[in-house]
Amino acid sequence: MSKVARNQFDVLVIGGGPAGLAAAACSAECGLHVGLVDDNPGLGGQIWRSGCTQAPSEAVRWCERVSAAGAQIFCGTRVFHQSKPGVLLAEGPDDLFELSYRKLVLATGARERFLPFPGWTLPNVVGVGGLQALVKSGLPVAGMRVVVAGSGPLLLAVAAYLRQHGAEIPMICEQASWASLASFGVALLRQPKKVRQGFSLREQLSGIPFVPNCWPAAAKGEKILEEVVISQGTKTKTISCDYLACGFHLVPNSELAVLLGCQVQDDLVQVDDFQQTSIPGVFCAGEPTGIGGLELSLVEGQIAGFVAGGRSAAAQQLFAERKKLHKFARTLDRTFALRGELRNLPLPETIVCRCEDVTLSRIARHGSWRAAKLQTRCGMGPCQARVCGPATRFLFDWSPESVRPPVFPTRFENLSAMTVQPEMEHREVTGGRG
Amino acid sequence: MPEQITVTVNGTSIAVPLGATVAVAIVLAGAPCRKSVSGEPRGPLCGMGVCFECRAVVNGQSHCRSCQVVCQPGMEVKTDE
Repeated sequence: MSKVARNQFDVLVIGGGPAGLAAAACSAECGLHVGLVDDNPGLGGQIWRSGCTQAPSEAVRWCERVSAAGAQIFCGTRVFHQSKPGVLLAEGPDDLFELSYRKLVLATGARERFLPFPGWTLPNVVGVGGLQALVKSGLPVAGMRVVVAGSGPLLLAVAAYLRQHGAEIPMICEQASWASLASFGVALLRQPKKVRQGFSLREQLSGIPFVPNCWPAAAKGEKILEEVVISQGTKTKTISCDYLACGFHLVPNSELAVLLGCQVQDDLVQVDDFQQTSIPGVFCAGEPTGIGGLELSLVEGQIAGFVAGGRSAAAQQLFAERKKLHKFARTLDRTFALRGELRNLPLPETIVCRCEDVTLSRIARHGSWRAAKLQTRCGMGPCQARVCGPATRFLFDWSPESVRPPVFPTRFENLSAMTVQPEMEHREVTGGRG
Repeated sequence: MPEQITVTVNGTSIAVPLGATVAVAIVLAGAPCRKSVSGEPRGPLCGMGVCFECRAVVNGQSHCRSCQVVCQPGMEVKTDE
C-alpha cells in the first residue's frame, strides 16, 4: 500500500475547472481551510487547459484567487472511493490521500458524447475537445487537414482554435438542423457577451463551410485515418484528412455524485437553489447539474462556494444571473438535441464498446443494459462505460444502472485502503430504462 | 519556438515541446497507443483521461493514461506494437 497522507478540510472541492475554481476561491475567501482536487496535471479544467500554451487571463485570475486565499491544491490526483461518509480516497502520482471534509463541492465537469459509426475506432479519429486538448498539450496541427464534426457550440470554437494553429478545416459538419440553429441564434441575441463571441468566431471561421443536417457516415483508413465519408441529406461526400475531430455535444460526469448517493435524474445531479444536492453539505456546481457552459459554471461555483463558506446572502445575489444563464442552457439542450437518424450510424459489425471490442449486433441482442453487460462485457472495461454508456443510452434508451467503487481504475496497492461498507457497495441511478 | 525536450517512444527519440503530454509524444512517433482486445490499433480519443484509449507504459509503469502524464526529459514510453 502507498503511504497514506491524511488531510482534513472545512470545504473540499473536486474538480479544478471554472466551477471548482470559483467554489474554492469563494469558500477559501470566507476564511475556511479548503482543498481542491483535480485529476489533470494542471488547474483550469478542459476549457481553461493550458499545458504548452498560455492560460487565458480569466483562468489565471481565478487560480491566483484560489492560491491567495490559501487553498491546498492537489493536481494529478483522482478521487476513486468514499471510505466512509465525509472521507474520500484519492490517488496521486505517488501518494494515496485520505481527504476528510465538512462540506463537499462536486465540480466534476463534463465529457464529450461519442457515438459509434463505422471506423470511429481508427487512430486519429478523436474528440472535438479531445483534439483541442492534444493541441494545447503540444500536438502540432499546422498544415494538417482536420474535419470537425458532431454537434454543439464546441465545434465552432475548436475549428477556430485549430485554424489559428495552422490547421486546414475543409468542413464543419453539425447534425442539428438549420431550424434549430436559427432559434439558437435568436437566443444568443439576448446575451450580449455571447453575441460578441459569435461575431469574432464568424470572422475567424470565414471561408470554412459550416454545414448543418450533416454527420460522419464512416471513417476509413488502413491502420490510421485516411478519409471521412460525410452524409449530407441524400448525398455523401468523401474528404481526405489527417484528423477527424468528432463529438456530439457533452454529457455530465456524474459518477462520483452517484457513488456518494446524491440524487441524479437522467444523468443530471439534482440540486436546490443553494446548489446543495440531496445529501446535506454536499454541493454540486457546473456541468454535472446541466450542460450550461463557462459563465453558468462560474456562477454556480461561486454560489456553492459562498454557501459552503457560510455566506448565503452573497450567494443569493447571484441567483438572478444564474436564472438568466439557465434559460440559455435549456436553449442549448434543445438546439443540439440528437436527431434520430444518428441511431442508424453504427452497422451491425461496428464496435460500440471500445474497451472490450463489443459490436452493435452483439449488444443489440439483449433487452437491457444489465443483460448486455453480463453477456458481452459491454461497459465493463477500464472506462467503466464512460464512453459506451452515453452511446447506448442514446441508441437503445438504456442507462448504466449503478456505479461501483472504485469510480476509476486504481493501482492495486491502493485498493487495500478501500474498506467497503455493505450499504455503499453500489448506488442506483434513477431515470432511463435499465 | 518553445523549449523542446526529448523522450523515447518504443526506443526512438522524439522531441516534444516542454509541457507536452506523453499522448502527444506517441502521436508524433506515429505509433498507436495500444492494441484493443481484438488487436485493433487505437490512439487517443477524449484527451482528458476518461476513455482509456491512450494507455501506455511510462517508465515501466503500465496502464498510464498518457494524455494526463506530462513528458519529462529522458522518459521511456512503450506502446503495444
